[in-house]
Amino acid sequence: MTAAELSELTAAGAIAGIRSGDLDPRELWSAYRGRAAADDLNAYTWVSEAVEPPATAAGAPLAGVPVAIKDLFCTEGVPSQSGSRILQGYTPPYTATAVGRLLEAGAPMVAKTNQDEFAMGSSNENSAYGPVLNPWDRTRVPGGSSGGSAAAVASGSVPWAIGTDTGGSIRQPAALCGVVGLKPTYGAISRYGMIAFASSLDQAGTFTRDVTDASLLLGAMAGRDACDSTSLGLPEPVRKPTATDLRGIRLGVPEELSGGGIEPGVMAAFERSLDVARELGATVEAMRLPHAPHALSAYYLIAPAECSSNLARFDGVRYGLRVDDGGGLLDMYTETRAAGFGAEVKRRIMLGTYALSSGYYDAYYGRAQRVRTKITEDFRDAFASFDFVVTPTSPGVAFELGAKTDDPLAMYLNDYCTVPMSLAGIPAISIPNGLVPAADGARGLPSGLQIAGPAFSENAILDAAHALERALAFDGSPARGAA
Amino acid sequence: MSTVDLEPVIGLEIHVQLKTRTKMFCSCELAFGEEPNTRTCPVCLGLPGALPVTNAEAIHFGLMMAMAFDADIAARSTFHRKNYFYPDLPKGYQVSQYDEPLCTGGHLGDVRLHRIHLEEDAAKLVHAGSSGRIHGSDSSVVDYNRGGTPLAEMVTEPDLRSAEQARDWLNLLRETLRQLGVSDVNMEEGSLRCDANVSVRPRGSEQLGTKTELKNMNSFRFVMQGINAEIARQVALVEAGEAVVQETLHFDPATGRLSSLRSKEEAHDYRYFPEPDLVPVVPTEAMLDRARSAIPELPAARAERYARDFALPVDTARLLAHEPRFGDYLEAAAGAAGDTPPATVANWVTELRTRIGAAADPATSRVEPGAIAELAGMVAAREINASAARQVLDTLVAEGGRPRAVVERENLAAMDSGDELARIVAAALAANSDAAAKVRDGNAKAMGPIVGHVMRETKGRADGGEVGRLVREQLGI
Repeated sequence: MTAAELSELTAAGAIAGIRSGDLDPRELWSAYRGRAAADDLNAYTWVSEAVEPPATAAGAPLAGVPVAIKDLFCTEGVPSQSGSRILQGYTPPYTATAVGRLLEAGAPMVAKTNQDEFAMGSSNENSAYGPVLNPWDRTRVPGGSSGGSAAAVASGSVPWAIGTDTGGSIRQPAALCGVVGLKPTYGAISRYGMIAFASSLDQAGTFTRDVTDASLLLGAMAGRDACDSTSLGLPEPVRKPTATDLRGIRLGVPEELSGGGIEPGVMAAFERSLDVARELGATVEAMRLPHAPHALSAYYLIAPAECSSNLARFDGVRYGLRVDDGGGLLDMYTETRAAGFGAEVKRRIMLGTYALSSGYYDAYYGRAQRVRTKITEDFRDAFASFDFVVTPTSPGVAFELGAKTDDPLAMYLNDYCTVPMSLAGIPAISIPNGLVPAADGARGLPSGLQIAGPAFSENAILDAAHALERALAFDGSPARGAA
Repeated sequence: MSTVDLEPVIGLEIHVQLKTRTKMFCSCELAFGEEPNTRTCPVCLGLPGALPVTNAEAIHFGLMMAMAFDADIAARSTFHRKNYFYPDLPKGYQVSQYDEPLCTGGHLGDVRLHRIHLEEDAAKLVHAGSSGRIHGSDSSVVDYNRGGTPLAEMVTEPDLRSAEQARDWLNLLRETLRQLGVSDVNMEEGSLRCDANVSVRPRGSEQLGTKTELKNMNSFRFVMQGINAEIARQVALVEAGEAVVQETLHFDPATGRLSSLRSKEEAHDYRYFPEPDLVPVVPTEAMLDRARSAIPELPAARAERYARDFALPVDTARLLAHEPRFGDYLEAAAGAAGDTPPATVANWVTELRTRIGAAADPATSRVEPGAIAELAGMVAAREINASAARQVLDTLVAEGGRPRAVVERENLAAMDSGDELARIVAAALAANSDAAAKVRDGNAKAMGPIVGHVMRETKGRADGGEVGRLVREQLGI
C-alpha cells in the first residue's frame, strides 16, 4: 500500500481490508507507526516503539486499526503530560477508561498527540512541547487544544485519533484541519483517566476522516463507567450512519452565531452548506439563541474556576516537576508551579481563583452558572422546533502561528460558536464543508460546519452529518490540495 | 471592679471516622496500622485523571446517624471542594459538604445538633526533627493510608454549660455511635476527634460572647481539662476588663496550656464550589428503609426504658444501657426472675460485672441469666443474706451451676428467725453486757460487737436485719 493510499484510507476501509484479508494489521501498525515517527508537524509527543502491535482480540470490532491518543489521556507506563512541563516524563500507573475500551475494541494506541497545555488554548501554541503545524499550511496553526490529533488525522499519519473538547477543543481544530470532529453528549464517554481541565465541561471525542469512522470510534468508547459518577453512556447503541438525504429535517440557524464576527469566506462556505442541506430536503430557518452571546463570558469564568482547583494537585509533592531550593514548603509550591505552568495556564488559574474567592463567588461563578442554565434552556426551546442547530464551527480559518498569542481575547473568540454547546452539555459534530480561498489567492484552507442536537441525539447527528458529508464531497487530503 | 457571674457556653465539633470497608471516594480498604502508603490508589493519591465515586456505605452510616439523632435528612445534598494547599491533601482540595449537608437539626439527649455532613479525611504527616510540627522540622513524610477515610462531621448547637457536661455528653455520643456500629469511636486512635467552641457571658444573658476554638484534645480527660482551662482564661480576661479575641487554640496536655494556632491574617479563603466530579446524594425510600432497619435501640432510649419499666436507679439504668451486653443480660435474667423486682436482679448483674469485668460478655460467662435470677430471688426471699449471696456468685463465676445447689452444698442458707437464733442472740448479749447497756441507752453503734458475735456463731448465715430486730426485742427497746 502506497503512502498516498494509506493517508486516504478510512478506518472503516482498513477494517474491511483486514476482514477480507487484503490488509495485515501488523503491516498497518508498522506503516502508521513509521509515518507517526516521521511526522514533521510536531503532532506527536510519543510514538510506540513496539514492532508488533499490542494484541487485540480476534473478531474485535475495530480489527486492530491503530489509533492516536491525545496526550492528556492517562496511559499506563507511557508519558501522559497534558502538554505541560509540570508533568514532563510523568507516566501514570493506570490507563484511562476510554483508551482501555479502544484497546478492547481492537484499536491499539500507536502514538500520543500534542496539545495545548492542560487543553487550554485554541491554537496548540500553548504546548510545552512546541506548537503543532497545520498540514494544509505549515505557517498556520492546527487549532486547539487537540491540535495534534487533528493534524495527525489530516496529514494521514494515523487513520483516526481521539481528543477532548471543553469549549471547542475537538470541533475547532477539526474544522481548521479539514477533518471530522465529534464532541458527544457530556457523560457519554467516561472521563476517568483524562487529566482534567474543567470537569463539568470536559468530554472525550473523535477525530476521523469521515462520519462513519466517527460512529465506530464513538461506539467503542461510549458507556457508563463505575469510576466516573458523571458518566451516563448513551441510551442506545451507536449505529453506523446510512442517511443520504435530510428530508423532513428542520435546521435552525441561530442569528447570534452566524452573523457578525464570522469571516466572509467561512460565512460563504456556511451558506453553500445550507443550500446543499435544502437540496437534500431539509428546511432551514433562522432562529434565536438569546443567551448565546454571553456564553463565552460564562465559559471563561466556569472553566478557569474549575481548572484553578483541578490543577492544585500539581504541587511538586508526589509526582511531576519539583523545584526546591530549600526555602521551605511554600517556596517549593510557588517555585514548582511558577516553573511548571505556562502563561495561559497561570492566567486561567488566577482568573478562576479570583472568581471563586470569598465575596466574589456570587458575582462571578454564581452568575456564570445562571447564564449556563439560561443557555441550556435556549437549546431546549430550540429543539422543540428544530432537529438540529447548525453554525460555522469556527469564525475563521486557520490563522498564522503567533498571530493571536499576544491577544488572549482574540484567541478566546475562536470558541465563540462552540462554547454554547459545551455549556449545555449537548453533542455537536464538525464536518469539513469546503476550502476558503485565502485573500492573497493562495491555496484554500478548510472550514467546518457544526451540527448540534439535543442530548443523546448522537445517532441522529451522525446520520445528518453523513448525508451532508456525501453531498458536500469535501476532498480531505491536504497533500492533494498542495499538488 | 465587681465580679460578674459568668456562664460558660460550649459547642462541640466532632469528627467521626466511619468504619466502612472502603474509603469515602475510592475502593481502597481502610487502613489499620499497615505499612505506610500501602492502602492507596490513583483516586486517594490524587493522581492526574482520577475521579471520586461516593461510598454508598458511608451514606448509609450517615443516614443511620441522622435517624438516630432525629435530624432532618436532606432530600438532596451535595459535595463541595474546600481548596487549600497542604501536603496531606493530595488533590489540593478536600471533598466535603458545605451549604447542602446530609442532614440538619436533631439532638442527642438535651444537646441540639446543628448539622452532620460527610467528608474525606486528610493523610497523615510525620515531621522529622525536634519540634514535631511542620515549622522547624528538618523534613516531613506523608502516609496516604488515612487519606480518604470517610468522616462524619457533627456540629452541636452551643447547648453545653460546663466541661463536665461536655464530657458526659461525649460519653453518650461515643456509646451511641458504637452501638450504631458506624465507628470505632476511639479518641486516642483518632477515630473520634473533638474540637470545642467556648465563650462566656453574664449568666442570664441571651447573647453569645466571642468564642474561641479549641483543638487537639485527644481524650475525654483532655477535653475537660482544655475546656476548663479556656473558661478560666476567658473569665480572667473579662474580669480584667479585656476582650476575648476570636482565635483557634491548641491545647497542650503536657503543660495544660493553650496556644494560638493561627492569627486572623492567615485566615483561609477555601474557595468552596460544588464538586463537579460527583453527583448529588438523593436518598431513596429503599436507602432510608435500610438505614432505619439497621438502627438498634440506642443508649438514651434504653436507659429511659430501664428507669421506667424496671424502676432502676438512673445510674444503674445508664450503666447497663451504655454496656448493651450487660443490658441484654439483665433483660434475660429479669425475664426469668418471676416476681423478683428487676432492680434487685440488676444489682446482681452489676455484681457479676465487677467480677468478670466491664469488657467481658456476660452471655459467654459460666453464670447463666437464670442463675442470677434465682440468686436474686433467694436474696429477696431472705433465703440467704447478701454476704452469702456474694460467696455463691463467686462460686458460680468459677464453676457455673445453680445457686440453690451451691447454697445447700456449702450450707449457706439463712437461719430461720426461730428459737436457735434467739438463743444465740441472748448469749451474745450476755457476753457483751457493756455493749448491750450502751445500746439500751440509745447508742446504736454499740450494736457492732453483738452482731459480730452472732455472725461468728452462725458462720454468717444469720440475717443481719433479723439479728438487729431480736437484739432490740430482747433489750426491750
